[in-house]
Amino acid sequence: MADSAKPEATATPAVEIIALNKWYGEFHVLRDIDLAVARGERIVICGPSGGGKSTLLRCINRLEDWQRGRVVVDGVELTDDPRQIIKVRRDVGMVFQGFNLFPHLTVLENCTLAPIWVRRMPKKDAEDLAMRYLERVKIPEQASKYPARLSGGQQQRVAIARALCMNPHIMLFDEPTSALDPEMVKEVLDTMVELARDGITMLVVSHEMGFAREVADRMIFMADGQIVEIGEPAAFFASPRHERTRLFLQQVLR
Amino acid sequence: MPAPERSYLRTAPAPILPPPASRAGALGWLRSNLFSSPLNIALTVVCVAFIVWVVPGLLRFFLIDAVWSGTDREACLPSPADPAPGACWAFVRVWLSYLVYGFYPVGQRFRVDLFFAALAFGIAWLAWLNAPRRDLGALYFFVALPVLSYVLLSGAPLLGLPEVATSLWGGILVTIVVATVGIVVSLPLGIVLAVGRRSELPAGRLLSIAFIEFVRGVPLITVLFMASVMLPLFVPDRFAPDKLVRALIGVALFASAYMAEVVRGGLAAVPRGQYEAAQALGLSFPRMMALVILPQALRVTLPNIVNTCIGLFKDTTLVFIVGIFDFLRAIEAARADPHWATPVTSVTGYAFAAVFYFVCCYGMSRYARNVEARLSRARR
Repeated sequence: MADSAKPEATATPAVEIIALNKWYGEFHVLRDIDLAVARGERIVICGPSGGGKSTLLRCINRLEDWQRGRVVVDGVELTDDPRQIIKVRRDVGMVFQGFNLFPHLTVLENCTLAPIWVRRMPKKDAEDLAMRYLERVKIPEQASKYPARLSGGQQQRVAIARALCMNPHIMLFDEPTSALDPEMVKEVLDTMVELARDGITMLVVSHEMGFAREVADRMIFMADGQIVEIGEPAAFFASPRHERTRLFLQQVLR
Repeated sequence: MPAPERSYLRTAPAPILPPPASRAGALGWLRSNLFSSPLNIALTVVCVAFIVWVVPGLLRFFLIDAVWSGTDREACLPSPADPAPGACWAFVRVWLSYLVYGFYPVGQRFRVDLFFAALAFGIAWLAWLNAPRRDLGALYFFVALPVLSYVLLSGAPLLGLPEVATSLWGGILVTIVVATVGIVVSLPLGIVLAVGRRSELPAGRLLSIAFIEFVRGVPLITVLFMASVMLPLFVPDRFAPDKLVRALIGVALFASAYMAEVVRGGLAAVPRGQYEAAQALGLSFPRMMALVILPQALRVTLPNIVNTCIGLFKDTTLVFIVGIFDFLRAIEAARADPHWATPVTSVTGYAFAAVFYFVCCYGMSRYARNVEARLSRARR
């Protein structure tokens, strides 16, 4: 756990991953992953597809299970116990590549569903909260529409607001802009940059290197189920230590 | 430099031409819908010929030449005055109360009418999508109505309603009771089974699959036979439930298995991302199902659910096999009445049954189409 030494100074880490191993049948997707994420830290994970980035991210709220290793989130270890899992998920927001808004609910209902049913918040309070976050992602006027009426960028911003309504300590972004038309990427990235300024812990799987340079505290390069390289963005982009990282960056930054 | 004269530019708007005569009005409609191609022309001719061949005869038999009143078979027998009488509606009129109530005591039949009214009220409340307080409507339909119906139909001596044995029930009353109980029980039970089949608990999954596959592998008639003939062999007479109740349980369980498979299809149609998004928000499995997955799944599968309900409604006629007097069986009994033995009695009775079943089933199907159209509008 060489890299957990530096940002470890404050209390327990937000996320601690220890010797994580996962197989899909014969395929070894995650190999001995060790990672500690400090509170407030912003991490961007990049790497070739099939390298295990999304899988790693999805282990943090146990959308995927694993065969060996431990994952501790906010001091709660994720086990098979559904109560532990739900406890972690309540405080970990996730934004998906495909938005995954609930099509049968309006934008506002999408945002209030979990606060009402998981946090047991009164409906009125949940709606006020949702409107606050919808204003933050700059689409309060769409609150009464159904998701299908919105553009991809708007849908993704609603998805961010929906996750924020649970007041998460940690936000996971799984390629949040990959399914978007180019002209909509910016509005989503702007929202995320703003979020980063508020000091929430963020783990982002993304190939948006401009965004990474701007917000990341640490960059992670993953390939073949392993963390190949990890470091501060300045050094990471300027002088990658590994040949694979260098080749990958050459291709993305071209 | 002066602009060169452009003779090809228009200086005035083109006059608006009327649509071609062949495309407008009734003639245009006929042309585009009935005579657009040689095949269509041929089909149109065949259909028109068929209609001309069949419809006048039906109209004549069932309406024009029909006998509407009379007290016994004399009215419907061929006579010198009327050598070929049509449908004998007089027979249906005389027997109507039997066809509706069976042997339900005449003095108590108001209770059946009250039941019909209460049921119609509940259906209207739930079926009318803009109705106020549909949550209360559901509560009324699924909780209050069953209790009310039981008290009304079966009786409660404490309330001054004498008991009426189910062996006296019959006709449309029984058909409606069997179909309603079947639908009302099978929908929630089918949903539970379908969700159970996809649950992560091995016990729940195994139980659901075993039940569904067992029931699906057996004909309804067998289920009814088992319920009414075999059950009493194992349970002492005193504890054996009523014959109608046994049939009701059989029909309800049978329908549940089919409903479960229909709902399962809907569940499979909900993308994985919806499950993941709901889980990521911290929703527990039951909440995820109730709030996110089932609303979408039921919407997709509504046409199939209604299809199953229609099938169930018609399958209720099979309860006659265990000696229950449903509507069709009541017609069977009535048409054997020697007072009304005429060549047209049976045809009239069956025609009446056909109209009843058609109205009920077509009503369900139309309603489902309206709801579908409305839902697809709302989502856009």
